[in-house]
Amino acid sequence: MPLFGTGEDPGSSFPELLKRVGLTPTAVTGMSTDVMRELAVPHATTCVALTYADGVVMAGDRRATAGNLISHRTMEKVVEADRYSGVAIAGAAGTAMEMIRLFQLQIEHYEKVEGSALSLEGKANQLSMMVRGNLQAAMMGMVVVPIFGGYDLRRKCGRLWDYDATGGRYEERSHVATGSGSLHAGTVIKVGYRPDMSRDEAVDLSVRSLWEAADADSATGGPDVLRGIYPVVAAIDADGWNRLADDDLAARFEAIVEEVRSR
Amino acid sequence: MSMPFYVAPEQMMKDRADFARKGIARGRALVAVRYSEGIVIVAENASETLRKVSEIYDRIAFAGVGKYNEFDQLRVAGVRAADLKGFQYSRDDVDARSLANSYAQMLGTIFTHEMKPMEVEILVAEVGLVPDGDQMFHILYDGTVVDERDYAAIGGDAEAINAGLAETWTEGLDRAAAIALGRTALSGPDREIADDDLEVADLSRTNGRRCFHRLATADLGS
Repeated sequence: MPLFGTGEDPGSSFPELLKRVGLTPTAVTGMSTDVMRELAVPHATTCVALTYADGVVMAGDRRATAGNLISHRTMEKVVEADRYSGVAIAGAAGTAMEMIRLFQLQIEHYEKVEGSALSLEGKANQLSMMVRGNLQAAMMGMVVVPIFGGYDLRRKCGRLWDYDATGGRYEERSHVATGSGSLHAGTVIKVGYRPDMSRDEAVDLSVRSLWEAADADSATGGPDVLRGIYPVVAAIDADGWNRLADDDLAARFEAIVEEVRSR
Repeated sequence: MSMPFYVAPEQMMKDRADFARKGIARGRALVAVRYSEGIVIVAENASETLRKVSEIYDRIAFAGVGKYNEFDQLRVAGVRAADLKGFQYSRDDVDARSLANSYAQMLGTIFTHEMKPMEVEILVAEVGLVPDGDQMFHILYDGTVVDERDYAAIGGDAEAINAGLAETWTEGLDRAAAIALGRTALSGPDREIADDDLEVADLSRTNGRRCFHRLATADLGS
């Protein structure tokens, strides 16, 4: 059981605790971009997020690709960070998933040690530091670019943050998209977005944006009716994180299919 | 040259134990009671902010009596140990038994090696996936571990409280009944504890991944 003197106490920081006990995960360093390409590490792709009247909706497809091959069909790139926030992540899958795990742990660790949860902005800041910590790996092509969104219990609204590979943190008012299909998905949302949408409208728009991204980008997975795999879509509002059921999403994609067919 | 006085080891241990016991007896007690869906922990605590009961991990809670700064240090150490283990292996590998053993080691070492023993008694409770898996460990200032099954009382007057619980506890209580039981056991026959002086937390199988849940005064329903 770890006990620290007053000088070395890691406080409420989990990464700092890992450092003290010598468990910090080894960073990927000292390899060229070519070597990394040769390794064909899986990459996670398109995620979107948008604000609506009561909170935020986050959505992401399920595909991970290694070069031109599909390496995973059921990746979950949109995950619950804690009760009132979520992270969506695109980029090198291994690094990204480890970052999410550490981020979730850090939020929970802080809450338990301090006895009260971090503010939403505090969480966004934490993630920013983690992305910056990955800069070395990012320069070798293992870029990780998350979206962070959640419900701000103090300001009573949904908020969104966008990051760059250096840990730059930018708050967005309306919507954000990341990953290979972000150009198409982002455009769909940009065109369809209105302030104060209902949750239902926001979910429909996010689903539509992923549909269009999957239609135009080979690395983005569409709805997989054959295997029953649908994107992860979640709404976060005053009641907390709420992931939509696959049946609900299946019905929404069915509606899109009908609409496209009847053109 | 002056010679240090010889003190028999028995005497030294007894002095330390007396010192720790005196410190613990000054504070208020707390009880943990097993009910159909988990374990409730009821503490007499006038403070709204300085907690005696808190969350360690998904299914594990911590409660301490005695000197606040000392058991809070133990609480934080427990959170760290649990989170590290969960990170290194899996969330399923974090259990109350190994945590209780670590606490016992630590308290035992401090009791014999440090200037002053810790004036604390702690309780580590874990709610199982099924009622049979519920566990409670009561750890004393000198590192003694006692495992309890249905209820546990720690702190000043624990013996009288335990005797009260032994008479009243039955299998299959609901949460409200378990809280009422703990409350009566804490207060004894001669007085009543106001809602504001109670700190109640619940470790329930029905709470999802994180079973720990703090009850607000308004939820006590009295």
